[in-house]
Amino acid sequence: MPTILIDALTYASWLFIVSLGLTLVFGVLKILNIAHGSFYALGAYTAASFVGWAASLKWAPGFSIVAMLLAAVAVAAVLAPATERALLRFFYGRDEVLLVLVTYAMFLILEDATKLLWGANPYYVSEPYGMFGSVSIGQQTYVGYDFVLVGLAIAVGLLVWWGLNRTRQGKIVLAVMHNAEVAASMGVNISRVYMVAFSIGIFLAAIGGAFTAPMISVQPGVSVGVIVVSFAVVIIGGLGSIQGAAVGALIVGLARSLAVHVAPVAELFSIYIVMAVVLMFRPEGLFQRTQVRKI
Amino acid sequence: MSAVPLPSMSSQAAGAGASAARVATAALVCAAVLIAAGLFLPKWLTFLVTMAAANGLVSLGIVVLMRGGVVAFGQGMVFAIGGYTAALAFNKLGITDALGLVLAGGVAAALVAAPFAPLLSRYRGIFFAMLTLALSMVTYGLLMKLAVLGGSDGFNTGRPTLLGQSLPDARVGYIVYCLAVVVSTLAGALARIYFDSTRGLVTLAVKENELRVEYLGGSVRQAMAVNFIIAAFTGGLGGAMAVLALGHIDPNFSYWTTSGEFVFVAILAGPQSIAAVFVSSAVLEVVRSFSSSYFPNTWQLALGLFLLFVIRFLPRGLGSLWTKGNAR
Repeated sequence: MPTILIDALTYASWLFIVSLGLTLVFGVLKILNIAHGSFYALGAYTAASFVGWAASLKWAPGFSIVAMLLAAVAVAAVLAPATERALLRFFYGRDEVLLVLVTYAMFLILEDATKLLWGANPYYVSEPYGMFGSVSIGQQTYVGYDFVLVGLAIAVGLLVWWGLNRTRQGKIVLAVMHNAEVAASMGVNISRVYMVAFSIGIFLAAIGGAFTAPMISVQPGVSVGVIVVSFAVVIIGGLGSIQGAAVGALIVGLARSLAVHVAPVAELFSIYIVMAVVLMFRPEGLFQRTQVRKI
Repeated sequence: MSAVPLPSMSSQAAGAGASAARVATAALVCAAVLIAAGLFLPKWLTFLVTMAAANGLVSLGIVVLMRGGVVAFGQGMVFAIGGYTAALAFNKLGITDALGLVLAGGVAAALVAAPFAPLLSRYRGIFFAMLTLALSMVTYGLLMKLAVLGGSDGFNTGRPTLLGQSLPDARVGYIVYCLAVVVSTLAGALARIYFDSTRGLVTLAVKENELRVEYLGGSVRQAMAVNFIIAAFTGGLGGAMAVLALGHIDPNFSYWTTSGEFVFVAILAGPQSIAAVFVSSAVLEVVRSFSSSYFPNTWQLALGLFLLFVIRFLPRGLGSLWTKGNAR
């Protein structure tokens, strides 16, 4: 039983970091970003390269964590503003489903671009994974790194919540989320808010990828799995809601880990069944106000 | 949003009777020309057109839904159901007739989709897209796990017959091609008649303003549910057709990138013209086969750029190039 819960918790923290970025981007830009998973993959690949460089420069192994963090910053600082300025801003205000397709096109492009840059062979960044030793709870032993991930998720969640609710800039972002037009007429520079919010969302995807890199083999296709699962999370939680992303991640994490331990056959679709059930009773997700219909 | 008037349905529907004859003529001419041309086309090209027709049928279903304002991001599900039904009917039940297999695929897909239709008809926009995506991924997961159906490798099927005749080696490709042409022109003609019918026009009105449709006595949910089942039927036809052409099926039929390609074709075509659906499908097949032989590592990249270009500069699709005037 504790195994199920701890598995659920580590999986949920990973999910939460990634989904938080997705839900933030949707909240501000009203774009459901399919390419989110590609940025996640880019984060993982960049982390693999950075950690490799750090090792070849004979840095202390502790620096590999710093290298992973830098990787996420690099992806967010270089790629996010570029894609937002050069591409997304031409499509603002178009139909939501059309915007999904725009990001689908981005996903296709980034997928091949990643393959061109890093090749099709898998990368392994195993050394940070062993760095935190192991933790014994009851009879079971768990890898310490998993708990680092939980800590990271909590830190990221609190930081985003604090940033949005307790800072001036954050309140401006909330205002744009709520109503971009009114915010603009109050003198808010909307396009800057869009760019910053998109960059933070991408940073969250990239950091999720960077810190997952040690736990997996980084290879083509990692993006795809992330996309569908994190969609499920944000839809369960309600699009654009941070609490929603947290609760959604916990629900999905629990559902998956229950499925893995109790009925392994159901692993693949346990997530979708949960999503379907939630949507049946709360069509807008758990933490979303019901929208008024247009007349 | 509020300034758009509903189309005057009665007069439109009355005009449909006259235009049905025109649609039938156009479909006949189109099919005849393609079948005649098929005699002179090289094998790879007839195969390409066959696949374009099969995939076009699925995208036709998405266009049916698109006219009501929703996009299904999971038509891979009905594509796979149609395909697996045809392949299983061939291998296990001994049904070898190509036409029968195609119809079985369509009917099976419609039957499987029907229970979900009332549920899905409540959702719009991203929620509809993502729920259909989830359905298709559940199907994908099931197909991967079911060892009876070959798991992730899928399985092969043999050569079909047509109307009791066995098909000789040299002709089989051409005959499947003819079947694909006939089925898809027929489906196209029926879809045009449906678009111009009262229910088809109600669908258009739903896209404009749902509440008004309800106030005028139309049932929005019924229209959406029926459209979903129609889309499932054509998707199933397409899946079965693809299996006949390929001789093989695997769970990738239901994978979300497959579904993405169908949506791509539907967006490229736009909601106005049915011919545009099949033209777009052919364009995708051409781009796919050329780029996978000339630059195999970057063909998705090319596809992505192409899609962005279309959305940016041709927002109403290829069909808007030769269909004049309003959104009909």
